[in-house]
Amino acid sequence: MILAIVEHDRGTLNELTLQALAVARDLGDVEAVILGSAGAGLAEELGAHGVSKVHVADHELLADYGPDAWAETTRQLADAIGAEVVLAIGSDRGNEVMAHIAARLDAPMVANVISVTPGEDWGVVRVRWGGSLHEEALVVAPLKLLTVAPHALAASEVGGPQAEVVPFMPSLSDEGVTRVIDRATLAEGITLATAPIVVSGGRGVGSAENFSILEELADQFGGVVGCSRVATNNGWRPHSDQVGQTGTRVAPDLYIACGISGAIQHWVGMMASKKVMAINTDAEAPMVTKADYALVGNLHEIVPAIIEEIRNRRG
Amino acid sequence: MRILVCIKRVPAPGARIVVEPDGQTIDTANLGFTISPHEECAVEAAVQLVEQHGGNVTVMTLGPEGAEEQLRHAVSVGATDAILIPAGERDWDPQATARALTDAIGDAESDGAFDLILFGNESADSGGYQVGVRVSRALGRPMVNGIKGIEIGKGVVTLRRETDGGSELYELPLPAVVGVKEGITLPRYPTLRGRLASKKADVRTFEAGEQPGGQSMVALANPPEQVKQTVMLTDAAAAVDVMEELGLL
Ligand SMILES: Cc1cc2nc3c(=O)[nH]c(=O)nc-3n(C[C@H](O)[C@H](O)[C@H](O)COP(=O)(O)OP(=O)(O)OC[C@H]3O[C@@H](n4cnc5c(N)ncnc54)[C@H](O)[C@@H]3O)c2cc1C
Ligand SMILES: Cc1cc2nc3c(=O)[nH]c(=O)nc-3n(C[C@H](O)[C@H](O)[C@H](O)COP(=O)(O)OP(=O)(O)OC[C@H]3O[C@@H](n4cnc5c(N)ncnc54)[C@H](O)[C@@H]3O)c2cc1C
Repeated sequence: MILAIVEHDRGTLNELTLQALAVARDLGDVEAVILGSAGAGLAEELGAHGVSKVHVADHELLADYGPDAWAETTRQLADAIGAEVVLAIGSDRGNEVMAHIAARLDAPMVANVISVTPGEDWGVVRVRWGGSLHEEALVVAPLKLLTVAPHALAASEVGGPQAEVVPFMPSLSDEGVTRVIDRATLAEGITLATAPIVVSGGRGVGSAENFSILEELADQFGGVVGCSRVATNNGWRPHSDQVGQTGTRVAPDLYIACGISGAIQHWVGMMASKKVMAINTDAEAPMVTKADYALVGNLHEIVPAIIEEIRNRRG
Repeated sequence: MRILVCIKRVPAPGARIVVEPDGQTIDTANLGFTISPHEECAVEAAVQLVEQHGGNVTVMTLGPEGAEEQLRHAVSVGATDAILIPAGERDWDPQATARALTDAIGDAESDGAFDLILFGNESADSGGYQVGVRVSRALGRPMVNGIKGIEIGKGVVTLRRETDGGSELYELPLPAVVGVKEGITLPRYPTLRGRLASKKADVRTFEAGEQPGGQSMVALANPPEQVKQTVMLTDAAAAVDVMEELGLL
């Protein structure tokens, strides 16, 4: 039986979890765990994604996210129900919780799998380099601990019956338990990770000030500005704007790459975009050859011209 | 305070990663080597903490002999001690890596514990997201990953983690272990004095036996490439036509 961790933040579902459920369903009967009663409201919709039973774990130490309490609770539940696999989405939290479970059991953990083949030894394919390399691996362990690479598989509803919901009471001690003690909201509304349009700039933009034309273009359609690591390292943009392997993963309807060459570590951060438009002086740049649409030329002329054209058409 | 940073030597590929015909390694003949940006920032964060609070920074790596290059780079930007755990040319699995690092840390702590041990959030190449957590568990110290802000208080450390649209704060008692993300600070470039110090630095070695875990690699492969026919647009008007077609305007 497969135990899937339903990732949520004080009751708000991380939608990527549903992608992990799509992988879980192919492996066997899926039960799910929701950590903290704040997430109890999510149980209903999980049946549609193929979950037969949802365990809602309740404890005061699960009132907010904490890697230790989430991991220890999941470990106890997996043991109690005799799970063969524990699976989560390969998000920051998913990978962190799974690593804590693995460390407790001194068992192997495979991060960011894209396919799983059960057998005597389990075969998996996982991603490396943030997605630019695939690794075939074998896992030998009584309990397989896996996280699923985000965006590897689309979530889909299978129209199952409503899941049975059962409570689970873990036994936790607050000694050495790390939890969120406070939080701050930096941005309201659309963020880089969820924006429908991202206008991104790299070395070709040339300075912090020059990003103002990218901001203006993004404003035309309620998009946001992203950047490459060169822009971050030069201090032109904050790191929270960086797209790529060590930055944010984006999947907008349109990604407009201005003066970005398309290094593999940048590409993996935006390859899930529905359409890519490159604006670059170099027709041979990987970003240009891999894009859906390309404009070869100087971004300092092209971007303002696009803004003007949009304004003209809108009248 | 005493801070340890664990770093991993990785190749720095450009637009493409080339896998050797045997599927076991990637072709590094024309590649330079580096450490992950997360770890580069962890080294910088450690050096800044020591500049504020006094103390010293040790760097440690498990890897081939060539990994001395990355240790010396860390010394050139402010680390004072460097420890190499020789692992031969082949990589060790994450459990074996964590066990060896734990043993080496035990040895390095014979004259007192590190107040902080910093890891990268994940290594740049393999990205297993686990070595730091395993080490922290083995040492019985608390750990949080994904950290972009570290502040030292009285016997505690306050950590900031970014989420989509906000941030979370954690407070851990010292000694503690932290998984750092790029963006916590901008890494500095080595100074001339730093470069000289790194040449003279004494890199200690610690021999650890390999104790394999339950994950083994079969082969590496490039993902299937999506071949796209790029539509070349001639001017701004053509670009706006596309935006209209996509229903964005
Ligand atoms: C482990 C690791 C992780 C990394 N993680 C990331 C990451 O998360 N995100 C990331 O972005 N990078 C990352 N990098 C860095 C990456 O390898 C590249 O160095 C970086 O993406 C290059 O940024 P760039 O495209 O802006 O700059 P360059 O590669 O220098 O490209 C600049 C481009 O701008 C074009 N240009 C110049 N002037 C103009 C103009 N006037 N008009 C139009 N075009 C112009 C040029 O033709 C060129 O194509 C990582 C590297 C490593 C080793
Ligand atoms: C037979 C076999 C062959 C393999 N071949 C390859 C290969 O060809 N290429 C490849 O990339 N991987 C290979 N691996 C996997 C590789 O051994 C792991 O990358 C390694 O064990 C560390 O795990 P990680 O990279 O997943 O670390 P993570 O858990 O992602 O790392 C987190 C942090 O731990 C620290 N850390 C990780 N590794 C080290 C280290 N060695 N020294 C010091 N600190 C460290 C860093 O601070 C890092 O940011 C192979 C594994 C096996 C079993």
